[in-house]
Amino acid sequence: MALANIKDLVIGGRIVKAGSSENFPTGDWRSYVPVVDQDKCIDCYTCWIYCPDNSIVFRDDKMSGIKMSHCKGCGICAKVCPKKAITMKEE
Amino acid sequence: MTHDIAINGDNAVALAWRQVDPDVCAAYPITPQTIIVEKFAEYVANGEVTTEFVCVESEHSALTLCTSAASAGARTFTATASQGLAYMWEMMPITAAMRVPIIMAVANRAVSGPININNDHGDAMSARDCGWLQLYSENVQQAYDNSIIAPRIAEHHEIQLPCLVNLDGFILSHAIERMTMVETMDVREFVGEYEPLYPLLDYKHPVSHGNMDGPDYYYPHKYQSVLAMNKALEVAEEVFKEFADMTGREYHLVDEYMCDDAEFVAVILGSSFGTMKETVDQLRAEGIKAGCAMPHVYRPWPEAALAKVMKGKKAVAVFDKHLSIGAYGPMYPEVVAAAADLDSMPKMYNVIYGLGGADATVAGFKKMMEEINEGKAAKVTYLGVKA
Amino acid sequence: MTSLSLKELNKLPVRLASGHRLCAGCAESIVVKQILMGTSDPVAVSLSTGCLEVSTTVFPYTSWNTPYIHTAFGNGAATCAGLETAYVALKKKGKIKGDMKFVNFAGDGATYDIGLQALSGAMERGHRMMYVCLNNEAYMNTGIQRSSATTLGASTTTSWAGSVQSGKKEFSKDLTEIMVAHNIPYVAQVSPHNWRDTVTKASKGFAADGPSFINSISPCPRGWRFPSDETINMARLAVETCVWPLFEVVDGKYALTAESARIADGKVEKKPVMDWLTAQGRFKHLLQDRWEPVAEAYQDEVDRRWKKLIKLTELDL
Repeated sequence: MALANIKDLVIGGRIVKAGSSENFPTGDWRSYVPVVDQDKCIDCYTCWIYCPDNSIVFRDDKMSGIKMSHCKGCGICAKVCPKKAITMKEE
Repeated sequence: MTHDIAINGDNAVALAWRQVDPDVCAAYPITPQTIIVEKFAEYVANGEVTTEFVCVESEHSALTLCTSAASAGARTFTATASQGLAYMWEMMPITAAMRVPIIMAVANRAVSGPININNDHGDAMSARDCGWLQLYSENVQQAYDNSIIAPRIAEHHEIQLPCLVNLDGFILSHAIERMTMVETMDVREFVGEYEPLYPLLDYKHPVSHGNMDGPDYYYPHKYQSVLAMNKALEVAEEVFKEFADMTGREYHLVDEYMCDDAEFVAVILGSSFGTMKETVDQLRAEGIKAGCAMPHVYRPWPEAALAKVMKGKKAVAVFDKHLSIGAYGPMYPEVVAAAADLDSMPKMYNVIYGLGGADATVAGFKKMMEEINEGKAAKVTYLGVKA
Repeated sequence: MTSLSLKELNKLPVRLASGHRLCAGCAESIVVKQILMGTSDPVAVSLSTGCLEVSTTVFPYTSWNTPYIHTAFGNGAATCAGLETAYVALKKKGKIKGDMKFVNFAGDGATYDIGLQALSGAMERGHRMMYVCLNNEAYMNTGIQRSSATTLGASTTTSWAGSVQSGKKEFSKDLTEIMVAHNIPYVAQVSPHNWRDTVTKASKGFAADGPSFINSISPCPRGWRFPSDETINMARLAVETCVWPLFEVVDGKYALTAESARIADGKVEKKPVMDWLTAQGRFKHLLQDRWEPVAEAYQDEVDRRWKKLIKLTELDL
């Protein structure tokens, strides 16, 4: 890999763009994909509090979907859902 | 307004710190640095400084705490010696790579083993590849002056590197000498208000410090430190000039004594520079044209200034108070490299002396210098060793 | 803290962003998220070298939306203490305003083993900081080597289950007790399956007038050998079997919390350790007849520690 140009680097190896890993997708790690049955979902936030990758999206207090750019397909959301509204399907 | 006092090297360092009044100091006592910590703790106890003084449980934590405090935006000082510096070693290159201008006094002492509390340069020399600036002190006055000068170089926004201020253990740390102190107001004005770069405590602009680099970034980040070191050569001379204007005491990247017309010169560090000056005087009295020089700034390595000193000399004797066993003293190859660009390379000698407090006397130096002058010395001499 | 609701917690800023490279199903980011919900003040995070550190700050990306620092492996507590010291120094001089909190996250290797000295020092000195151990019971970052947090019988890459050895020979060090012995204002054990308990304890830790220490079980699918979707269940099982009791020690006073309190009260059944052992590949060999005494010793030690903990909660201080 080519070395980075030092002109683009802040000294000390510091990263000044907070939260920049949002630009690093991890969705391509996935071999199983969570599929949400919105009819069963009760917007209880349980999947959200346990999602290791901040991939459960709530808008206006409603579970609006899963951020596929970062979901690694671990399946925790499906396991913790009290209404079994999420199932894991092979990608 | 200045006045003279009688003071030992450790207390002189502590006095300089009191005058600078850093934001944070974390240190762990170790002979022969202990007096610095004790004296500074006394200043803290009597409200003579505003510093947050942290008595950490180890040197590793001392340098760690200083590194993060400095990253947070605090002017930060510490001190150690020998095993303490060895224990800090893991942190040394990290501190430098994080580009935080911590000032650390080192009361130079031999590194174990065998365990030995006396002076040599094994501690600081073993840390020479860590990316720290290094200043050496010939006497108590310089230990004090360097403590005031160091922040100006280290904290310069184009440098931002930590700095070691070396003073020989016992020989300077514990010996009382006459010294001229600078008035506190002048010290404060000289070092100025601390202006940190990317302070971590500025939470409205969150910055991540101490991240993980792959090969594509690690080397470029290291190269940035090379540029900072190069810049430090220039800035050090400017700061020395400013300091001389304030105090009349003149320092250079390489301090010289009788070098101009010398036929051969010794290159030597720390208090031994004084011993060598006396040696040069005695040699001169016998008509032998010797000179000597001390890299006042050891990191960055003042190659050009040294080359100038060595130009036209028939021989150069590099006196090292440390030994890379199986090779040379650590300074020797660097002086040879500095001489390599000269049209005519002097004969280069290495003298290993004074390890673990072994005698470093005028008589010993004089005999050595005479042998070098006569071309009788071996390439490497282990001064005083009987085998 | 009875009013804690996920709906409200969801409105807090996201301090650990997506795009970190922790393994799928890793509990560490779940614990971190819950702990950081314990304060609405700005919080600076330091990390000891470990899984979380290498996964969240691969240059030029950082997952931290809050001030962050890492220096080395065995010194997370000193790193965090340095931030707090600078904060105290600069606040005193009026150079910074407002309140700020400080927390160090570290694995069990960085806490129980290589970083114990720095941790002990920082706690003794009374820095107002929180130290959180993400205890996945081995050196997972370097590939599942045993630590002093690894429990009896666990097979790791330096304590194999082999033909003459049944995994690790020793039970884990009781680090939480060691931290209690520092007489700091707040010590607790948490588990990510119980977010309410975790967030509540984090709030108490952040609010403490001095150092606080929180030890969290952090199930590791890769190292414990269980499917990645079982992480939360595994954390719950640790508590239900009393392998990992939930409790807090406030100014020296012990109290069981959540499921552990209900088990002690007899309202919930204490599950057998065998449930815990059979759920994880690292203990698979203990199901062989010849290693039955090891499984029994595991149960005995869990029982002994559980009884001792209950006794401690009964102390009238």
